[in-house]
Amino acid sequence: MTQTARLAVDIGGTFTDVVLQLPERAFSTKVLTTHGAPERAVLEGTNLILAQAGLTAADLALVIHGTTLATNALIERKGARTALVTTEGFRDSLEIAYEHRFEQYDLYMERPEPLVSRPWRLEVPERMAADGTVLLPMREEALDAIGKQVASGDIEALAISFLHSYQNAAHEIRAKEILSRYLPAEVIAISSEVCPEIREYDRTSTTVANAYVLPLMESYLRRLEEGLSALGSRAPLLLIMSSGGVTTVETARRFPIRLVESGPAGGAILAQLIAAESGIDRALAFDMGGTTAKITLIDDMKPQQARHFEIARAARFVKGSGIPVRIPVIDMVEIGAGGGSIARVDGLSRITVGPDSAGSMPGPACYGRGGTLPTVTDADLLLHWIDPAHFAGGQISLFPEASATACAETVANPLAMSLEQAALGITEIVTETMANAARVHAVENGKETAGRTMIAFGGAAPLHAARMAQKLGIDRVLVPVGAGVGSAHGFLGAPIGYEVVRTRLVSLNAFDAGLVNDLFAAMREEAEAVVRLGAPDVALQEVRTGFMRYRGQGHEVPVILPDGVYGAGDVAVFRAAFEATYHALYGRTIPKLEIEALTWTLSLAEAKPLPARIPDPPPAAAPAPSGRRSLIDPGTGTALEAAIYERAALPAGARIQGPAVIVEAETSTLVPLGFQAGPNAAGHILIERTAR
Amino acid sequence: MSNTLGEIEIQILWNRLLSVVEEQAQTLVRTAFSTAAREAGDISAGVFDMQGRMLAQAVTGTPGHINSMARAVVHFLNDFPAETLKDGDVLITNDPWKGTGHLFDLTVVTPIFLDGQAVALFASTTHVVDIGGLGVSAEGRQIYHEGLYIPLMYLVREGRMNEDLIGMVRANVREPVQVVGDIYALIACNEKGGVRLVEMMREYHLTDLQELGEQVIARSRRAMADVIAKLPQGRWSASMTIDGFEAPVTLAATLTIAGDRVLVDFTGTSGLSRYAINCPICYTEAYTSFGVKAALAPWIPNNTGTLDAVIVTAPENTIVNAPHPAAVYARSVIGHMLPDVVYGCLDQAIPDLVPAEGTSSLWNLSLLAGHGLTGTEGSAIRSFNVTTFHSGGAGARPKQDGLSATPFPSGVRNVPVEITEAITPLVVWRKELRQGSGGAGRQRGGLGQRMEIANREGTAFGIQARFERGEYPARGRHGGAPGATGSLSLGSGGAMKVKGFQVIPAGDRLIVEMPGGGGYGDPFARDPAQVARDVRFGLIAPEQARAQYGVALTAAGEPDAEATARLRAAR
Repeated sequence: MTQTARLAVDIGGTFTDVVLQLPERAFSTKVLTTHGAPERAVLEGTNLILAQAGLTAADLALVIHGTTLATNALIERKGARTALVTTEGFRDSLEIAYEHRFEQYDLYMERPEPLVSRPWRLEVPERMAADGTVLLPMREEALDAIGKQVASGDIEALAISFLHSYQNAAHEIRAKEILSRYLPAEVIAISSEVCPEIREYDRTSTTVANAYVLPLMESYLRRLEEGLSALGSRAPLLLIMSSGGVTTVETARRFPIRLVESGPAGGAILAQLIAAESGIDRALAFDMGGTTAKITLIDDMKPQQARHFEIARAARFVKGSGIPVRIPVIDMVEIGAGGGSIARVDGLSRITVGPDSAGSMPGPACYGRGGTLPTVTDADLLLHWIDPAHFAGGQISLFPEASATACAETVANPLAMSLEQAALGITEIVTETMANAARVHAVENGKETAGRTMIAFGGAAPLHAARMAQKLGIDRVLVPVGAGVGSAHGFLGAPIGYEVVRTRLVSLNAFDAGLVNDLFAAMREEAEAVVRLGAPDVALQEVRTGFMRYRGQGHEVPVILPDGVYGAGDVAVFRAAFEATYHALYGRTIPKLEIEALTWTLSLAEAKPLPARIPDPPPAAAPAPSGRRSLIDPGTGTALEAAIYERAALPAGARIQGPAVIVEAETSTLVPLGFQAGPNAAGHILIERTAR
Repeated sequence: MSNTLGEIEIQILWNRLLSVVEEQAQTLVRTAFSTAAREAGDISAGVFDMQGRMLAQAVTGTPGHINSMARAVVHFLNDFPAETLKDGDVLITNDPWKGTGHLFDLTVVTPIFLDGQAVALFASTTHVVDIGGLGVSAEGRQIYHEGLYIPLMYLVREGRMNEDLIGMVRANVREPVQVVGDIYALIACNEKGGVRLVEMMREYHLTDLQELGEQVIARSRRAMADVIAKLPQGRWSASMTIDGFEAPVTLAATLTIAGDRVLVDFTGTSGLSRYAINCPICYTEAYTSFGVKAALAPWIPNNTGTLDAVIVTAPENTIVNAPHPAAVYARSVIGHMLPDVVYGCLDQAIPDLVPAEGTSSLWNLSLLAGHGLTGTEGSAIRSFNVTTFHSGGAGARPKQDGLSATPFPSGVRNVPVEITEAITPLVVWRKELRQGSGGAGRQRGGLGQRMEIANREGTAFGIQARFERGEYPARGRHGGAPGATGSLSLGSGGAMKVKGFQVIPAGDRLIVEMPGGGGYGDPFARDPAQVARDVRFGLIAPEQARAQYGVALTAAGEPDAEATARLRAAR
């Protein structure tokens, strides 16, 4: 019996992906997601894959699970009836938000409705000062009145968020104690636990969102655990978080908000693993599916991390239009650009693509399901990048005539262009849009896209990756094996980990080593308690970050700090670390200006070695192409004769010259003129630029 | 000359230019010091051809730089002709009349070279944290009171920093490190834009921006012309009276839609103020054309082609065309009101398009304590100086309620209370929506806010007030009622003025009540269910439901259909 049968399950919008990893091989399958009771698909997929592998649930050593349940509840507003208890005078903070119009030119803009409506935002007389001293003691009778109101009001979850609770949580803790006489403590979230970080709106928003999904996740996780154990599984169940780490069910129950966006995080981890086995120091993960594209920067085999994320953007993809949450996340930019993105011509006679998508119903015009608007997939087809007879392994037959009609009516005729020109315009615009977003995302983080290696996955990426790489100054693209179920594969590589945050304003001019030591000791204790639940006796790796700035600045810069106990002399180390980071971001430092740290994080994870670099394979001869066809080359815009290869037939080390198409069941990889491509030792297709 | 560009290439390159200026702007926001720049996005970034035609401008938090920065580049080229510029040169000014309207805005222009040839200019503007003089006070009488004035000059000459200028800046401003830091941020963001532009030109084998520029400008101009040509042609006038500083100010405009242009003329507008609320014409032009464009063609990117479609004129020596040496620091007080006046005209031309009047002018709180200002001379108290950004209610829209506590036309963001309290001794005891302040209407005006602020240290603190709508409210449209006026007062009950420096005595609280937006349409036509919701949510008082909306509620708070019908019929 194997001790290392590990199962990964990723619930997506349409499919639930299941991957079973054995030491010598992996099985994967897809079942339809069961929206009302998602655990049914999980259990069904688990049974299916165990049967394929000839194992039983008792053989499982570990189950890692990612779900969009929390995200969907927030997007669809189907979470718990939630009340907010907050400092007197501040119940509208959740609604007033940043006092901001996220669309400068839109006279008709609407802000998202708060998750808790005004009558259920309840105030308590109490007040902490910014330094944590009590300005106004809490009036506890007010809490009893609130408790009664909440108990009689059909309220299912409660968020408590008081001003400056990140400095002194005493009032929040006491308030929870009192209110748990009226509502189970398990459905009460306090901001000093969920997000002990300065900035009242962000902290309150995060706490409310956490409370909003608490009851739902609690009941789902219970049903799932029961279901798995009924199957006979005795394996621990771990949940994937937006940070790319995994955690225990206990922690997921308390802080379900940390589970949002776990699917994309899985994709980023997969890219990280591939970067490691292929020895790529500076990578750019490019995930392009049917409706969106996501881009993540991966330096030194670590996906870039952030602490800010927006859920359910009202105006899709517009910054500032969603619900902000401050949680550890893998930092990615998401663009409304995918195979199903719809192309149009705007009032300036410009081709625009997305952000709206034809989805799977009606889908691109070529699906023949009633879609009449041209999409990126229609353009791909018209450029002969896709073979209509072998799309999705031949499961979906395509109708190029429908693409031609849609593209002619919507784009080519209005612009007096040929069909090929219009189709090329659509793919060029969508690629340019994604490349621009990637460049702006990089510059926002003080980074560059040029010189990286792109790791391209998701159904639509391999067709557009090489052209996008060209626009980003990237010369190498990897298209991994099994790019279609990337996220679930990624889950298996995720370490058990947890990150905690504190806000404490510390000026380096008045550096107090004792205070910082106490802070990190407390954070380590909190993080370790969580991590040890899932990883009782493995070595742990700690990463400390100070969010620092020059006094007077509004943005803090994350600065990696050394471990260990600090002494008074370490102020020089802090200063040097800040200046090095600042210089890397902005190309300069500012002498004589006071430096301060505002927020601190400690991230603790099992020390999980990344896969070793796989040496390059010796050169191998490429087989004869399985066919040839004429296609429009993206770089030159001209019709060229391209060779067609079956991916499975290409041996590691073989090199083929573009223009060429490498086909497989789930997707096709386009190798334009001026590029060569072939599988590396791990089987990933490496596309390299040969000409400029 | 470049090769002739294909249609798709033009579209791609235009997109790329917009992305290049976005990167330029992001670089500035990330590295700037001033709160106005980082939190409020009070910055601008754009790319110009060597004739000074703007090809692309980033969409940032302020419309105040929309045309003004573009005009600034032309002024630079007049004083420093293109052929005299060398690689490594950078130019600077804060001239209110040739820049963006007040001394706090520094504009920096950098020529970009490709293979030894100047191919483009990048310009950027940011609002610095201090520029000397009276500081953030609207009480200056002449520009000489308002701080350091930097005429158009070299900031860097062939790579050599103008250290004399930097020395003058350091000696004249209150936060020298931050202001000089912002100057470096301006240089850096133009550089970033330049690097990206050169990459683009090499990728597409361009040797100049001539053809691309002409295409971008001609297409944008044509699109504006197409939009304007479909509008009813004619001339409409409107006016709006606001508090002003020492006396009420009337803003009068006549808007003409003629062929492919919109003309806005401010004849009839009040004369200059003795205080610092005067607008140089460049700033008037910026907010006026923003107002027109947001209503008519929000989707067309700004460039020289769109600029030319809206012509703004005003007689000299009016408050919207103030000549040197008028004081102009708080020109936004007037500038932010201009879209409301433009909309007064447009509403007559095109029904159901524009919102009712809103608070419009920001209610930023500039709070301070210190020597010579708050009567705490010689004491050991902490001196501080902070500006936080706040907004009252916006006007109701034809089919939607007005946004509460949201700026328009400005696009600023607020500063969290916890941040303000962490860096000053202030305590904000209350910051909430102000019940009943939204103007009644079929669509209700947005609500203002109520804030209560005290000093923890038990000493006095001061406010540099420069607020509007203290006496003259934001008016409704088509039967909508005006929003509530705003006010400042003391917790102990004393009244305060909405303009000028005032001191809150030790131990007292400052009460700020921000105005509401105007309503749209007859309040008696508002859906009673909406009125009941507003009462349930505490956004209006129960008696307002009855008196202003003619809606009677049952004991359970539901609309009482019969009683409501009676009330509404009895009007």
